[in-house]
Amino acid sequence: MMKNIFIPLTSGIIFGIGLVIAGMTNPAKVMGFLNVFGNWDPSLMFVMGGAIVVSMPAFLFIGKKMSAPLFNKEEGFSQQLKKNIDSPLVLGSAMFGIGWALVGFCPGPAIAALTQVDGNVFMFFIAMSIGMLLKKIF
Amino acid sequence: MNIVNFTPIESLLGGLIIGLAVAILYLMRGNYTGISGIYYNVISVNKSGFLWRFLFISGLIIGPVLLSFFPYTDLGFEMPNTNPIIVILGGLLVGYGTQLGSGCTSGHGVCGIGRLSIRSIVGTCVFVGAGVVTVLITRSLGWVVL
Repeated sequence: MMKNIFIPLTSGIIFGIGLVIAGMTNPAKVMGFLNVFGNWDPSLMFVMGGAIVVSMPAFLFIGKKMSAPLFNKEEGFSQQLKKNIDSPLVLGSAMFGIGWALVGFCPGPAIAALTQVDGNVFMFFIAMSIGMLLKKIF
Repeated sequence: MNIVNFTPIESLLGGLIIGLAVAILYLMRGNYTGISGIYYNVISVNKSGFLWRFLFISGLIIGPVLLSFFPYTDLGFEMPNTNPIIVILGGLLVGYGTQLGSGCTSGHGVCGIGRLSIRSIVGTCVFVGAGVVTVLITRSLGWVVL
């Protein structure tokens, strides 16, 4: 109950609220952040900074002192799968960065912005989903 | 460079809230909040761990709906580029790229940097760098006005 329902739902709800308050669900703000050489909106650095200020102690200090997550003793903490820097990482991240800058959405905000009930958001969301599934084939 | 539309307080607050969500999922369930990975496992109907991932993603939609009942500083919603070809191309690139590069802004940008993972720091620098160059190009071509 806690592990599979309450915790993920709560975390998702809080994450979604954070995205909206931070302005991440506004593509104009995200593109403004990437517009370093023009009219620059540095706000996104504060979003990332704020998130890391809270998550870093959770990963590096609190988590390290715990033998297992509070409600998931069975599976324990997820272990990172890959550590190496390879060409899929660089190529994939470059493709992601280009798409992110063309429209102003990364995956989380694209999902949270579905609440705007906007045809363009929906079109982006469907294309993003297809893009993900295409990776499974190619 | 001109600084415009800067909202440090709202954005910092939103970031802290996002960090709280990340800490909750990690410390209580042991998972990283990499949204592209979680969402991919939902749409590819990965039976192992489907329920928690589905509920997390549902929360991303429920959260903004709940928030709309409370007063907060709305930072707006505007899509500078609504050309359908660009919207679809952008979506395909974000979807394919995050799977190939195994992470997005949340997985590499927040969780990975939070864990001081060199791989994620490289990934984040690449996607932010590619984004900056792309905006420089699309703005020069007059595709967007920013």
